Amino acid sequence: MKFAVIRFGGSNCDSDVHHILNDLLDVSTDLVWYKDSIEGYDGVVIPGGFSYGDYLRAGAIAAQTPIMNSVRRLADNGKPVIGICNGFQILAESGLLPGALRTNEYPKFCCKWVNLRVENTDTAFTAGFKEGEIVRMPVAHKEGNFFADDAALHDMNSHHQIVFRYVNPDGNTADYANPNGSVENIAGIVNGSGNVLGMMPHPERASESILGSDDGRRIFESMVEYAEQG
Amino acid sequence: MRYCAEITIQLKQGMLDPEGETIQRALTHLGYAVKSAHAAKRLLIELEADDADDATRMVDEMCRKMLANPVIHNYSIVIR
Repeated sequence: MKFAVIRFGGSNCDSDVHHILNDLLDVSTDLVWYKDSIEGYDGVVIPGGFSYGDYLRAGAIAAQTPIMNSVRRLADNGKPVIGICNGFQILAESGLLPGALRTNEYPKFCCKWVNLRVENTDTAFTAGFKEGEIVRMPVAHKEGNFFADDAALHDMNSHHQIVFRYVNPDGNTADYANPNGSVENIAGIVNGSGNVLGMMPHPERASESILGSDDGRRIFESMVEYAEQG
Repeated sequence: MRYCAEITIQLKQGMLDPEGETIQRALTHLGYAVKSAHAAKRLLIELEADDADDATRMVDEMCRKMLANPVIHNYSIVIR
């Protein structure tokens, strides 16, 4: 089994994801330049960063690169695909996930630790969590303000596609716990099949206790376990 | 024929526009009675097309594919 971490010009945290999968979870993982092939991989991570300098809109140009057709094929074949931060923006821009990421309500770069409530454990990435569990990870973005119209939100809620919400330490979706103005405090969503996850918080920055939290590591562990079951 | 397309991409009506709101507040602080301000992106593109309709069709396709995000944006095109 092997995983690919896709690198665009301007990706970051790609090495962090590689370290977690390769060194901590002992899963063969390659850093793959976006012009190279991801055929034959069992799962894909699209890391954070500022692909193409965030020109036009965050993720808009990376979403049009040919490698995203390969990502779509992998996803259609049931392989796990996770987009973190800029990776989430790319997945939304490419139509692999619903909705869009707008400029933060307070239009500045926001870098802080947040509490997330796990809303759905029946996905390729969250089997290692308990439903309603509160976990901690950092966010670091300027365009993380998730938006979907009422019809799309209704659809996503009824199909349990909302995976993480920003909450206060008591687990409530308070306004002050929402770092960017996302509708319904949404921090992460999956596609209808539950094998494509997009999330603004950075699980790779919270995968070792020395970093302040290792809650994020369970996302990668769950993803690997899902891929092993094939 | 060479055409010039002027594309304006704007958040849909009623969509939160923090940049526009910040500009409006700043103008108000300067003493101007500004009721609202909206930020938009303007792109100028030169392209080869058979005629103006062909140019419009191509630019519209560009907007739908990449330049605008239909979830949050409206756009308008002027061809010269």
